[in-house]
Amino acid sequence: MKSYVAQRLGIAVLTLVGMSIVIFLLLRLAPGDIVDILFSTAGYVNESEKQAIMKELGLDRPYWVQYVEWMRQIFVGDLGKSYRYDIPAWDVIRPLLPVTIELAILSLLVAVVLGVPTGVISAVRQDTTLDYVMRVLSLAGLAMPSFWLGMVIILGMVTWLGWIPPLTYVKPTENFRAHAIQFALPALAVGYRSSALIMRITRSALLEVMREDYIRTAWAKGQSERVVIWRHALKNSILPVVTVIGIEFAFLIGGLVVTETVFNLPGVARFLVQAILWRDYPIVQNLVMFIAIVVILSNLTVDMLYGVLDPRVRYG
Amino acid sequence: MARPVEALPVPIAAARSTQPGWATTFARFVRRKPLGAAGGAIMLVMVLTAIFAPWLQTHDPIATNAAYTLGQPSADHWLGTDHLGRDIYSRIVHGAWVSLLVGLGSTLLGSVLGGIIGLLSGYIGGKTDLITQRFLDILQGLPLLVLALVMSASLGPSIRNVIIAISIPIIPRAARVIRASVLSIREMQYVEAARALGVQHLRVAFRHILPNTVGPFIVLCTAQLGSAILVEATLSFLGMGVPEPYPSWGRMLSVSAAEYAQKAPHLVLFPGLAISLAVFGSNLLGDALRDTLDPRLRGSR
Repeated sequence: MKSYVAQRLGIAVLTLVGMSIVIFLLLRLAPGDIVDILFSTAGYVNESEKQAIMKELGLDRPYWVQYVEWMRQIFVGDLGKSYRYDIPAWDVIRPLLPVTIELAILSLLVAVVLGVPTGVISAVRQDTTLDYVMRVLSLAGLAMPSFWLGMVIILGMVTWLGWIPPLTYVKPTENFRAHAIQFALPALAVGYRSSALIMRITRSALLEVMREDYIRTAWAKGQSERVVIWRHALKNSILPVVTVIGIEFAFLIGGLVVTETVFNLPGVARFLVQAILWRDYPIVQNLVMFIAIVVILSNLTVDMLYGVLDPRVRYG
Repeated sequence: MARPVEALPVPIAAARSTQPGWATTFARFVRRKPLGAAGGAIMLVMVLTAIFAPWLQTHDPIATNAAYTLGQPSADHWLGTDHLGRDIYSRIVHGAWVSLLVGLGSTLLGSVLGGIIGLLSGYIGGKTDLITQRFLDILQGLPLLVLALVMSASLGPSIRNVIIAISIPIIPRAARVIRASVLSIREMQYVEAARALGVQHLRVAFRHILPNTVGPFIVLCTAQLGSAILVEATLSFLGMGVPEPYPSWGRMLSVSAAEYAQKAPHLVLFPGLAISLAVFGSNLLGDALRDTLDPRLRGSR
């Protein structure tokens, strides 16, 4: 087990290094940098001034020097200075983190609370009307863009309830009720989509397990439906479900990019778009790396959970 | 050494008669997978709409009309007009073309590139395979949308670049699927026979193994098409996708976003419905094709 964890961690670190190179190069290959954008808004280009700014930001150095410098900064815990705001990148990113983390966790919660029970019901009542309704609802959830769903929710609130959700960010310490409502809507929009996938996997995994002999034995012993399904069957069908939840967490972060934009929440994801447009390398690089780390950690957690959930899984 | 090839003991006509014609296969697909057939019908309507857009339009999709902005749906403008007075119905009809072009283009590009990588990686095996897999891990580790976003921003806005940006995240997913099926096909006896006859490696890979991965390949493409359409809409919504003047469903939502939604709900409703319907159709079709062509994957995703 220990050597397995060590091996997995080693691979994770290598993958992260690879990702950092890919991100770094992608950004550098982009036509135009912050200096061009600054000058294009000013309307003229002063060549010597441009060189001076490039030098000040360190953009005149060879790529590999810039890359090594970035890696050094990450190890020292200094993320560099934002080109656009001229303050440390960490100070720009830090206040945005709680918003995104809260939204991601809430959305995942919505997805699991909606997805697992509907998947179980759908499997137990296979091929009934209820099953079909739930499957169509989940397919619809997969088809609707979450940003559009968010817009429709807001529109519906305004039209039918005559109530406009708070469109500027409210801190939980200021007004908890407003804050909760503000986060519930985007969490629903994003969570519904993810729940669709979780529902489908729960359904198919459970259907497979329900055909096994030990389930028939449980029925034959006269155990109640509740015990057979929730205690015997679900336990053995939870592995694929957990895997999908792990994968969904990574997807969720992608989905937040647009949802935060629609609901006007000052989170990491919405800010990423702004930073990309401004070619604000220190912000973009570190934000994307942050997302990559979260994804890799969630994958790792899922793998570790296998052994806990299913004692038959042995780590070689 | 070459021996004359003798005629097969089984008459070819008899062997063929067990193979149903494509019309029978099609009829059976419709009967067994009504939902999949519905999905196929939706996609067919979308393709026809895209092809015949110039004849289906009621107005010029990019012509603005300052006298009639944010118009409600009417006999003249079936789905209303946007903030610049452009006809929404005509824009949605032309948007089908953009959506299909980017969706199909990026799916095919990503799947073909990924397929070739998967084929070679799986066939060669050993260290090459290991290194390729680690490299694909890197690409797959990033959320699809984030990677497409960075790619699209670094390439600059144009239809071609959006197609490339969306195809990159598809590559590792395609490579995985094709590699998995190559690994099992590689061990088949006819591959061994081909090698024993002295056929070159590359020829074995492309002529003997590749044709047998067509099933998983089709499944893969239809499964990715829906998400490619969705990513295009999302990128365009964020202003990093298909540029003006092309009418893109995603961008129709972004312009109208919060500002005009209250005054003109049709601005938000119709383009979103179009996106949802397209993704819904390709998902239904993809599911049914997967169940039919690749029973091993049944139920997953």
